[in-house]
Amino acid sequence: MKIFNYRLVIFILATVFGIMFSIPSFLQTDSGKKISLGLDLQGGLHLLLGVQTQKAVETKIKNIAATVQYFADDNDILIEDLTINKTDLSFVLLDDSEVQKLDEMLKDIKGLKVTKTAQLEYNISLTPMQISIVKDSAVSQAIETIRNRLDQFGLAEPSVVRQGKTDIVVELPGIKTQEDEQRARELISKPANLELMAIDEKKADQVYTLTPEQAQEFGDTILPDSNDPKIKYLVHQIPILTGSQVVDARVAFDQSNQPIINFKLSSFGGKIFGDFTAKSVGKRLAVVLDGKVFSAPVIRERIGGGSGQISGGFSVDEAGNVAIALRSGALPAPVVMLEKRSVGPSLGADSIKSSLFALISGFVLVVAFMVLYYGYAGLIANVALITNIFIIIAIMAMFGATLTLPGMAGIVLTVGMSVDANVIINERIRELLKQGKSIAHAIENGYSNAMSAIIDANITTLLVAVILYAYGTGPIKGFAITMSIGILASMLTAILGTHGIYEMLMGKMTKDKNLKKWFGVK
Amino acid sequence: MEIFGSNKTYNFMGKRLPFLALSGILVLTSIILLFTKGVHLGIDFSGGTLVQVKYEKPAPIPQIRDILSQHKTFEKAVVTKFGSDEEIIIRIPTSTTSLGKDIGDEVRTILKSTGTYQIRRVDIVGPKVGNALQEKGLMALSLAIIVILIYVSFRFEIRFAIASILALIHDISIALGAISLFNVDVNLDILAAILTILGYSLNDTIIVFDRIREGVTTSKETDLNKVVNESVSMTLSRTTLTSLTTFFVVLTLYLFGGEIISGFSFTLLVGVIVGTYSSIFIAASFLVQLNFSISKYRLAQAEKEKREKEKERLRAQFEQGIV
Repeated sequence: MKIFNYRLVIFILATVFGIMFSIPSFLQTDSGKKISLGLDLQGGLHLLLGVQTQKAVETKIKNIAATVQYFADDNDILIEDLTINKTDLSFVLLDDSEVQKLDEMLKDIKGLKVTKTAQLEYNISLTPMQISIVKDSAVSQAIETIRNRLDQFGLAEPSVVRQGKTDIVVELPGIKTQEDEQRARELISKPANLELMAIDEKKADQVYTLTPEQAQEFGDTILPDSNDPKIKYLVHQIPILTGSQVVDARVAFDQSNQPIINFKLSSFGGKIFGDFTAKSVGKRLAVVLDGKVFSAPVIRERIGGGSGQISGGFSVDEAGNVAIALRSGALPAPVVMLEKRSVGPSLGADSIKSSLFALISGFVLVVAFMVLYYGYAGLIANVALITNIFIIIAIMAMFGATLTLPGMAGIVLTVGMSVDANVIINERIRELLKQGKSIAHAIENGYSNAMSAIIDANITTLLVAVILYAYGTGPIKGFAITMSIGILASMLTAILGTHGIYEMLMGKMTKDKNLKKWFGVK
Repeated sequence: MEIFGSNKTYNFMGKRLPFLALSGILVLTSIILLFTKGVHLGIDFSGGTLVQVKYEKPAPIPQIRDILSQHKTFEKAVVTKFGSDEEIIIRIPTSTTSLGKDIGDEVRTILKSTGTYQIRRVDIVGPKVGNALQEKGLMALSLAIIVILIYVSFRFEIRFAIASILALIHDISIALGAISLFNVDVNLDILAAILTILGYSLNDTIIVFDRIREGVTTSKETDLNKVVNESVSMTLSRTTLTSLTTFFVVLTLYLFGGEIISGFSFTLLVGVIVGTYSSIFIAASFLVQLNFSISKYRLAQAEKEKREKEKERLRAQFEQGIV
């Protein structure tokens, strides 16, 4: 009598594999690959963000305008009527001897479409190719920026990944309270667009009578005060400097102990800033953050050293957020929330408790029923079932999969369905036994007769699971994964494994001949 | 233990018309329900906001409704109890796109006067996401049906495929009817449940069909009704057993799995019952109604075998270097 056969050996190897690799998940040890809990089970925040990439194109145009303005001022080139529209900018060059110099400078900026008339009216826009580059990099830059901000915020394992063309998925496990969550969201969404802008002193007194369109004609724009939106400022549309030149930003406190933000500019930014302040003594400079004027001090002298400060009624938290946002860079385009799923930690714990209870009680019911109905054959099927669960968990752990609530449901369902193969086989064996066939013959043919039904049934279910995976999002994918692994593992355990066990017990069974004990037949 | 004696053959096909009539009535009622009452799309598909709040004491629902109705954003808010007296769900048909302060934060501030509570869940789904999911869901369902049709035609025969798809449509429409009747919120998990029913019911049907195929190819019987009766009777104990074990599991999931997956497990519960019923009483009836002919199938099968033998003979000749 041989005890070991190849089926049994494979089954034992699979069992050992299953138990070994599922231990870290069961005990939640520190080392080894284990299943992590999904946000719906451990609590946390899931966000789907949309990047408004069109705005990135507008910002790009604005930056080009600032460059042109600076270049013209720096080289004493006379230009006039520099205005920006959403996607293009235009100006008139007054001195035709400077055409070549200006054109060379423009050529250095990549992806521009420049047209000019005989009167030297320039119009500059981006090529379609450049527009798609700008849009694409806006999304990847937004991901980078959000990641930086969340890292500095000090949250454990934030995940920020791209989805599709313009969307970003942010997952933050371990957020405990709604207040924390709101702060994290505010941090992510803060555009942190710092602009230093010159106030149009010539027309400043008309600010309350001008319409935005009229202001636009002068190359100006009207911005509200950050504390009192009724106060307006008329500033030149083209900023002197933007936040892209900020290299550091820290929270500090002023004389009256109010939080302020000190920022430091790059050396290039510092030079622009120094040049501008030198020739604008007596005029006002507006410090603009996200379209609001925080302060507008009068320039008393040239400011060298390239640093400045933002003050104006921040709370300490807010100031902290602004400083982090400035340090990690501005969002190149605003982001909007397309979807949010936020689960409190207590709800997650409740979900684990109830689904675990359902899993265990369902499992006990099935196991008891199988033994009651099939005797030892049921017991053998149960061994396969238990191994199956171990293997599902081991494989999920190896892939670093996350276990979600639907994933738990998938495992529960697999428990119900994976005994199916054994039910089919056992029924076939019983049929043959009743025809008076020997136990060895009944088992051999029982397996082969049952095979086509099991294979066809499993393949169709697997096909559905694959489609579910391909078209599902997040949690549904989890359900499809556990179901597919369960089906594949059940082929190994329920078909191969149980067959191996029967072969091992063959000697005993043929000697014993107690069909009721072994197969539950009368 | 045994439930059905394996030697007994039940005359299912003789009584197929009353069962077909019963199914017809059920399917028709479901379709009427779907068109008149419709299903209640949850926020996954329709977009909107859902806030789950748990109070320390029983939730003062009238007071909450009163407070919410005073705010413009929450005019259309619906407040319902969720699982226990302490827990409520607030559903708002609109969603916000601003990240900084969202509807959930607003709910938190305006409910302050109603007692001590904890916000346990806030789901906000924008309209664009909802629409995309609807499309994807329909896509998944139709793709699944097509793939099954192809696979079953390939493994069995086209009439088996049509019969199994009809049985599927039967099961799914009745499940959808139950969803409509019991006001289940249709979210992504319900779609998953429907697709699971699809897989499960197909599983059951295929096992019965597999027996019929076996009966058709191995027995000498030419009366389809008799072959079907024998096959369905032979698989009866397997069908009921597997259904029972799955039913146990889904039932515990429904009873103890918690409120969040109750819609999911309810749908599965209906699906398991209907799926079992249809694989015993309905699926094979479709096959008979479709005029599946045993003799033609055997002829085609013999033809196929002949072709294969011919091929083998040619190959053998080729290998021996005769051709």
